[in-house]
Amino acid sequence: MNDTNRPSHATAALILADGSVFWGRGIGAEGVAGGEICFNTSMSGYQEIMTDPSYAGQIVTFTFPHIGNVGANADDDEAAGPFASGLVVKADITAPSSYRAGGHFNDWLKEKNLTGICGIDTRALTHHIRSHGAQNAVICHGKDIGVSALRQRAAEIPSMAGCDMAKLVSTKDVYTWDQSVWSAEANAYGVGARTQGHVVVVDYGVKRNILRCLAAQGFRLTVVPCDLSADKILALKPEGVFLSNGPGDPAATASYAAPVIKDLLQSGLPLFGICLGHQLLAIALGGKTEKLPFGHRGANHPVKDLSTGKIEITSQNHGFHVIPASLPDAAEATHVSLFDGTNEGLRLKNRPVFSVQYHPEASPGPQDSMYLFERFAALMRDAKQKAA
Amino acid sequence: MPKRTDIKSIAVIGAGPIVIGQACEFDYSGTQACKALKDEGYRVILINSNPATIMTDPALADATYIEPITEDVVARILEKERPDALLPTMGGQTALNVALALADHGTLETLGIELIGVKQRAIELAEDRDLFKRKMEEIGLECARGKTVKTFAEALEILDYVGLPAIIRPSFTLGGTGGGIAYNREEYEAVVKAGLDASPVSQVLIEECMLGWKEYEMEVVRDRNDNCIIVCSIENIDPMGIHTGDSVTVAPALTLTDKEYQQMRRASIDILRAIGVETGGSNVQFSVHPETGRQVVIEMNPRVSRSSALASKATGFPIAKVAARLAVGYTLDELSNDITGVTPASFEPAIDYVVTKIPRFNFEKFQGTEALLSTSMKAVGEVMAIGRTFEESLQKALISLETGLTGLKDMNLVPQGAEFDRQYIIAALSQPRPDRILVIAQAFRHGFTVDEVQACSKYDRWFLERIAALVEHEEDLKQNGAPKSAEGWMETKQLGFSDARIATLTGKTEADIAKARHAAGVHPVFKRVDTCAAEFSSHTAYMYSTYEWGNACESAPSDKKKAVIIGSGPNRIGQGIEFDYCCVHAAFALKERGIESIMINCNPETVSTDYDTSDRLYFEPVTIEKTLDIIRAEQEKGGFLGAIVQLGGQTPLKLCRALEKAGVKILGTSPDAIDLSESREQFAKVLRDLGLRQPPGGIARSTEDVASLAEKIGFPVIVRPSYVLGGRGMRIVHDAAALQTYISENAEIIGEGDILVDKYLQNCIEVDVDALSDGKDVFIAGILEHIEEAGIHSGDSTCVLPPHSLRDDVIQDLRRQTVQLALALKVVGHMNVQYAIKTSRDPANLDHYEIYVIEANPRASRTVPFVAKATGMPLVAAATRLMLGEKIPALLDDGLLHNHVFRHVAVKAPVFPFARFPRVEVTLGPEMRSTGEVMGIDRDFRRAFAKSRLGAGAKLPLSGTVFISVRDADKNSIIPLAAKLADAGFKIVATGGTARHLVEAGIRAHKVNKVHEGQPHVVDAMINGTIDLMLNTTEGLQSVVDGRNLRRAALHNKIPYYTTISAARVAVDTIVYLKNAGPLGVCPLQDYLERKTA
Repeated sequence: MNDTNRPSHATAALILADGSVFWGRGIGAEGVAGGEICFNTSMSGYQEIMTDPSYAGQIVTFTFPHIGNVGANADDDEAAGPFASGLVVKADITAPSSYRAGGHFNDWLKEKNLTGICGIDTRALTHHIRSHGAQNAVICHGKDIGVSALRQRAAEIPSMAGCDMAKLVSTKDVYTWDQSVWSAEANAYGVGARTQGHVVVVDYGVKRNILRCLAAQGFRLTVVPCDLSADKILALKPEGVFLSNGPGDPAATASYAAPVIKDLLQSGLPLFGICLGHQLLAIALGGKTEKLPFGHRGANHPVKDLSTGKIEITSQNHGFHVIPASLPDAAEATHVSLFDGTNEGLRLKNRPVFSVQYHPEASPGPQDSMYLFERFAALMRDAKQKAA
Repeated sequence: MPKRTDIKSIAVIGAGPIVIGQACEFDYSGTQACKALKDEGYRVILINSNPATIMTDPALADATYIEPITEDVVARILEKERPDALLPTMGGQTALNVALALADHGTLETLGIELIGVKQRAIELAEDRDLFKRKMEEIGLECARGKTVKTFAEALEILDYVGLPAIIRPSFTLGGTGGGIAYNREEYEAVVKAGLDASPVSQVLIEECMLGWKEYEMEVVRDRNDNCIIVCSIENIDPMGIHTGDSVTVAPALTLTDKEYQQMRRASIDILRAIGVETGGSNVQFSVHPETGRQVVIEMNPRVSRSSALASKATGFPIAKVAARLAVGYTLDELSNDITGVTPASFEPAIDYVVTKIPRFNFEKFQGTEALLSTSMKAVGEVMAIGRTFEESLQKALISLETGLTGLKDMNLVPQGAEFDRQYIIAALSQPRPDRILVIAQAFRHGFTVDEVQACSKYDRWFLERIAALVEHEEDLKQNGAPKSAEGWMETKQLGFSDARIATLTGKTEADIAKARHAAGVHPVFKRVDTCAAEFSSHTAYMYSTYEWGNACESAPSDKKKAVIIGSGPNRIGQGIEFDYCCVHAAFALKERGIESIMINCNPETVSTDYDTSDRLYFEPVTIEKTLDIIRAEQEKGGFLGAIVQLGGQTPLKLCRALEKAGVKILGTSPDAIDLSESREQFAKVLRDLGLRQPPGGIARSTEDVASLAEKIGFPVIVRPSYVLGGRGMRIVHDAAALQTYISENAEIIGEGDILVDKYLQNCIEVDVDALSDGKDVFIAGILEHIEEAGIHSGDSTCVLPPHSLRDDVIQDLRRQTVQLALALKVVGHMNVQYAIKTSRDPANLDHYEIYVIEANPRASRTVPFVAKATGMPLVAAATRLMLGEKIPALLDDGLLHNHVFRHVAVKAPVFPFARFPRVEVTLGPEMRSTGEVMGIDRDFRRAFAKSRLGAGAKLPLSGTVFISVRDADKNSIIPLAAKLADAGFKIVATGGTARHLVEAGIRAHKVNKVHEGQPHVVDAMINGTIDLMLNTTEGLQSVVDGRNLRRAALHNKIPYYTTISAARVAVDTIVYLKNAGPLGVCPLQDYLERKTA
């Protein structure tokens, strides 16, 4: 970093598209990372967040100052690789202290070729994102690039709006999945019983814990690429279809995903969607999505189940939301955010189809909403009984 | 679901006096509950014996009963008031126990009163260890291996199963009194026996010892719709084995992976559901094995607690306020998050800082006790600090303690004269000492590695590494001096180093450091506690300081007129809730006068640190550095009037010179005037000029001079080191030999300093006078007569308002002298004067008396809330208005002050923590040791006195056996008392000398053996429960030791005892009176105050 304004302590800089510069110290791999800057208010689960495919194309600001305390381990990845493009934290990354740790979080970042910055006022940055909205940014760590060139780079990153990211993170091949949820007693993941129906998971960027939660219901799981046709999906003879979470603008992904979902809806199979899956389902039903000013990312979001009046504390990660008024009469909103009143779930009145905007699979975050996986299992059992 | 309309009136039970384990956090929660319920339109009936609380202010409830919190008395109040519901979750274990007793005995059912917040069954499930454990097993959670036993034999049977070390906890005791850890069989037997005795139901839980495991707490809130949220997780840095109230803790938990945290979160919620806590807050404690992650449930409390107060302050989520609303039927989503104003209460706070809590101890006041921590709580207060990182937060917390720390102070762990040996360090690291954080830092200074420190202390290495890094940074400062660049300053300040610590490390003065830092342009910014990590904007000015690049400051000062109130810091013996009461009232008064109130304090237990209390709250160490930083930020805009320093005890007074030097205006009495009363020489001159008497005394410059000075003054004398506060190291010495003993025993405290020697005025009545002055007119707010004679610390004396034995002419003289003093000391605001009155024993001249001024303090005293309650005058509001320049006549015109005529009597009685400190002498002296107080109020002195005794936990017996043993000097005085008791039907037993003396005086007294005279002796009788009252005074070495056994036995067996003739006299008169007067009535404070003005 060569700049006349660089304070002597700084070895890295975060530069926003609007020109703001935050000086700090580099962490992780040296390099330049670019993406949409967002913030997450979770106080735990940084490794899960960094490996969540829904963060593809984004730089994550952690509002909690100490990140890395418990190191990194082999079990807490939510996907095969990291997907977030960079990270911003307040305090230096420390040596790990956890019996579960396999290594230092900074080493993990380097190993995954992730670039980040620490030592900046993340609260001021969060404030900035909140008041100026989502925007693109770059982190430059250890590269000799001037601030104005970096500003240029930040400005040149394409906007998330209109961007189909699912294809970049989805599996290329069809595969099956057996691993079930974490057992604290065994200190390991379990294995699904595979005693229930066959579910095809459409992978728009699926988090492993969704697969584990589905496996825990006893489903037999087949994971398929995001652009697989409805015919090919139905040829796998699923008894239910799951639409996964994922990154990017739902409207862009919908261009190929909505027609597939429409066909799947026609088939009458039970359908369950999470996050991007929820948004794609809404679009397939004729609804619309739009970008939120700065998104919902954290582990403390209250959601009300409109049918029971009960509140769930949820894990969330989305930059877009479904406009409920755009939904057809056949659909009804089932869940609402108590933070800003935005839609958090829908179902079809006469079909075994439902979806939620938030993350019932948690990881990281509260596990209040696990009942949704049971609900899906119940719908599949009902459908099976009806068919029989 | 909206609030319930089928209930109209709700009784709330408070926690009673401040004791160890139950402090002013329950004033905070109770105050919030009363306010919330009143706002909702319910009739609120409050029961609390503690007059120093905000919650007992008459405006906070519709009927405020300052009455003893016993089952009988509460039943009488409920019978009179017939509330629809009783909320028992706001007053700690005290309220919960009384409520459970009322439910068990059918009182609630008979009166048709519903328990809200928690049901009887849930209390039982949570409190009964066996039921709790079974319930945990039912829901698949693990508890520690162990068993509850009711007998000693059972305890021996399970020893093999549980194994050693084992942990023993008595059931139904506060803060684990009487429990402990046993490492060998002998200890096991002793602790089990003590625990069985301490438990009111004679029951102890014996468990596998999880010493050294990690310890966590979860603060959970649930509503009637089964919505559950975790408000905050708390990680104890002190591992298992140290009571959570005595542990250094951080929030949120810092060393759990998400998987572990979610496991704990889910378990916490499952526990609330299983126990059946329908609405409100609960605290769940877990232990986690550091190497396997095995999570074990320790306990849960189905009520708000010290930890919930901490969690509320740590997050900005007001648990008690929310819990009170949930108890009347609201659900979490129906309540709003006050701080953001736009989001509901049904969420989990996200925090973007680290909170550290450090307990404050007073071991030095309890000679004979080892300063070691265990599972029985010993802390008398605590501080909390907020920083953007753990390092900053920890150092701010250390500074907040006011124990002379400016950071991780260097310490000498090697005994004097010995050569350095690592063994000394290892020994200190292995001990559960209250200052272990400092020991750890010192170990790093001696080159210990994190692994070595971890092995001895069992602290999680994450915290150890942070401390090691701080020590390393200190080394850098020592080597290279203070930072030279803005970057260097920023790095150092971000780690939380105070200017004072940097000064010590670099050999500069604090002022030099502050100047250099300012010259480098490095100032703190203020961030808000907003519950949401800046996700939403916050309009609540709840702030903390930190250092950040970019200077993004959120203080946003207003353009209003404003004043700073400097708070009183952590509770400690001698400076407790009373001063917080004063600061809170000042905030209310400023608001009422249209002036913005700015509070600075660091005590998480208090009402003053509720963001609702003042307009702007800075949760900061009360130091000159932080205070000036805050004033600097506030002065940027608006009209800064000055700082109020006379309400927070000694803490703000210590800052006032430096504040003045920095150009900050002190509101009220000026720093010069404050010096006048604090300087011995200057004060003596003032008294001489006014012609007022002072006990003869002087200053000895060396230990050699003390003896000659004492001889000159004449024994007995009161001696004390010159620079200590709160009566520390103060003794009454009767002869030269005792003086030598005192000097050798207290060499460490005295050091090289001066020793003050004053004549001890024997058999004097002590009086406290609280007054207000505007510099021209003086208003006498209250004259309090002490029941114990002068020489016993005023905070430890029982006192009466109005005086019960002083003649009118004496009272007039006291008023006159107080007026003279206030004017001479140029007091503007509060003043408290302590007098000793010597009355004549000369039959020819009985009218003669002499008044001695003991001391005068130009600040609010400990007695201000008591006087305000008893008289119904808002004294602090009045004083605050005086500080703002208003005059006494105007306050009288306004009706704020009035010359009251008493139609009732109020008695203030202290409570002591002796039961927690084994082997400590319980007789009273010039060093204060009480932690709190109760008020007894009734239409006459004796009833009020009886209530004060009952409130303090000692019910006066109306029949039975009294044991009397008095020193020779009191043998004549005791005769009439014994005679009265004998007439009242008491059986009298006495030790040899006393018995002989009583028999000679014609009183039937049975001789009983002293302990050293062989068994069966009097302690056997006490243990057997055949003694109902003890009157015991002591002098001389053997009888002190012997007497100590007696007094400890009385304490343990809950036998009311009196160790001064003056108090015994009042007690005996009261007993005789009550025998004929019938049961004690109950009456709300509002009625007393109304009657008075009518």
